Amino acid sequence: MGEYVVENLEVHVCMGTAGVASGGTEVMEAFRKAFEDAGLPAEVKERNCKVKATGCRGLCARDVLVDIYIPGKEPVTYEHVTAEMVPTIVQEHVVGGEVVAKWAAKKDYYEFYEHQKRYVLKDCGKVDPDSIDDYIAHGGYEAIKKVLKEMTPEQVIEEVKKSGLRGRGGGGFPTGLKWTFCRNSPGDLKYLICNADEGDPGAFMDRSIIEGNPHDVIEGMLIAAYAIGCKEGYIYCRAEYPLAIQRVKRALKVAEERGFLGKNILGTDFEFHLHLKEGAGAFVCGEETALMASIEGERGMPRSRPPFPAVKGLWGKPSNVNNVETFANLPMIILNGADWYASIGTEKSKGTKIFALSGKVKSTGLIEVPMGITVRQLIFEVGGGIPKKRKFKAVQLGGPSGGCLPESLLDTPIDYDSLIAAGAMMGSGGVVVMDETNCMVNVAHFFLTFTQRESCGKCIPCRIGTKTMLDILARITKGQGREGDIELLESLAQDIKVSSLCGLGQTAPNPVLTTIRYFRHEYEAHIKEKRCPGRECTELVKFEVQEDACKKCGICFKVCPVNAITWEKGKVAYIDKSKCVKCRECIVNCPFNAID
Amino acid sequence: MSDKTLETQENQEEVLQEIDLIGVDEICAKYAGKKGAVIPVLQQVQEHYGYLSKEMIERIGENINVSPHQLYGVLTFYAQFYTTPRGKYVIRVCRGTACHVKGSGRISEVVKEEFGIGNGETSDDLKFTLEEVSCIGACGMAPVIMINDKTYGNLTPENARAIFREYANKEE
Repeated sequence: MGEYVVENLEVHVCMGTAGVASGGTEVMEAFRKAFEDAGLPAEVKERNCKVKATGCRGLCARDVLVDIYIPGKEPVTYEHVTAEMVPTIVQEHVVGGEVVAKWAAKKDYYEFYEHQKRYVLKDCGKVDPDSIDDYIAHGGYEAIKKVLKEMTPEQVIEEVKKSGLRGRGGGGFPTGLKWTFCRNSPGDLKYLICNADEGDPGAFMDRSIIEGNPHDVIEGMLIAAYAIGCKEGYIYCRAEYPLAIQRVKRALKVAEERGFLGKNILGTDFEFHLHLKEGAGAFVCGEETALMASIEGERGMPRSRPPFPAVKGLWGKPSNVNNVETFANLPMIILNGADWYASIGTEKSKGTKIFALSGKVKSTGLIEVPMGITVRQLIFEVGGGIPKKRKFKAVQLGGPSGGCLPESLLDTPIDYDSLIAAGAMMGSGGVVVMDETNCMVNVAHFFLTFTQRESCGKCIPCRIGTKTMLDILARITKGQGREGDIELLESLAQDIKVSSLCGLGQTAPNPVLTTIRYFRHEYEAHIKEKRCPGRECTELVKFEVQEDACKKCGICFKVCPVNAITWEKGKVAYIDKSKCVKCRECIVNCPFNAID
Repeated sequence: MSDKTLETQENQEEVLQEIDLIGVDEICAKYAGKKGAVIPVLQQVQEHYGYLSKEMIERIGENINVSPHQLYGVLTFYAQFYTTPRGKYVIRVCRGTACHVKGSGRISEVVKEEFGIGNGETSDDLKFTLEEVSCIGACGMAPVIMINDKTYGNLTPENARAIFREYANKEE
């Protein structure tokens, strides 16, 4: 052992929200201690062995993920690491030179990354988010240097236009064009705002970018501020993201100390002051006029447009709002050039898009893929398909403003325009996969509950319309649906779409409309047969074991929390309805769909 | 307001002692003359005291020259503000899409079974508050909850129950 010299060894521990939640802090401590116990010379440990915290690399389902880099050897990744495993890993792998094969990542871990094109996320999971030096060592702040030294603001805008970048917040408006509007507005004081509110349930890419690489966002904002002519800026971040807020705060402070923010940036005349504003929990504040009202300290209510924010925005001044992911795309567009960027993706949707893949899919997490990949590839190749050998039923794309697509549309390419044509939308990139134990009426009810609750109430179509639709859906899920309900939902949906004030109301009916369009039979089963095909609407489920389908495996017996199920080896299970609390654990866990 | 809520409030008021409002003045002083101070002031006062009482709101109004009506208008709009005391442990149950399809509704029920509190309610001993939130942003490990700032993922009703009991048995 004395012969074995550990030099420049690096241990990276995943410390995103999921990493920390799975015990990342304890794992990191355990590594520090294990090096001490292994008797590795103190000076070597101090200088050369680093245990480094990194942001999220996307595969949250496998946390805590740990990479071990030993110079001259292939890096090794361990998954599901706990503090108890650490001494063994250090003894056998670091000291002994033998990889602990049983804990090392297997084939499907690498497959998850194989199908991806990680450009925006390339340094997430590698860079220490709390170290500006680490960011700089990975090529950080080179793009803003190039911009300030070699380019005029007009040239920057031209480059972004040529790249074809469209807003990643959901709408997909061409970024360069949006900047032009604000740049051309008269006035000396203009505001640049980063929308990091990310209220979409099911989306967490903005959170991961900020947690994983906050300086990337700051650099993107610097580029935009220079191009548009903004001196002041805000990052509006959800208060529900404490780790993201903490990391942005630190990054802002250090960036200012190092002369990347403030006056005379990098020795030029360029001046940009950036502030953090914590949101206070309102989904509608993702809408840009509502967001600005919130920064001003008002209720976050949208207002009608025009005037557009580019003319009259925050405190009456011209303002430009972009999403976190949009800003994070900018440094690489500048460094690699618009032509390189435009070579990725499809004709009208350029670059990559980050999706938050979750729900009933094997590998859940953050994925970055080129635009134009099909929904099928996304779920079955990158995501590894549906677990428990269940059948795919639907995929919900684009959060509450999006829609549900059925199996027949799995080959739809993911780009802004194809998704709109199919009735869904890119939204902020949430992808929630559903299997045969999910009910589409229930899902529509779920999304409408959300939008109805988050409606600011300013305009009547949204405030009363969504409530009325929700009441109808609630009736249907309870088995009290009536003839004509589907048609009534459709006509209400159309009215709300065209007459609401802002994007929240205009898109709120989408989940209802797409589920009716593609899963009308499920609505009819609820209304006419008083039956829930997904067996999720508990008031319509009988909680009876189907004798012909039951394979007598006893899984339901084992998972029932109230001992309502009797079962013996080789016999069909039986549910005692007087004891059953309708928790659905048996339905969710039965591999044969034998409970109805 | 339901009888249950009124009764709970009365019990809770007995638990709470008289509150010194000097902290409100100190927080407001930091924002003297600054634009857009309303929300950060409300946030920090709430962080300091745990909630926003009628007295605190009036005091804020005097300090930053905004009417209490306007302050109420703002604070009732956002999900983050509370006008009643909160539990020592705030259990945030994520009701985002991923958590929903993986059964987070049951996790809220377990909280109710264990502590008798529904969404937005605080237990009489001021130990637990249940809050259903839209998305915690850790969808990969759904269903997810947060207890204060700590996140727990991949829950089942059973392991969630164990976590809750662990907190219930913690020494004061």
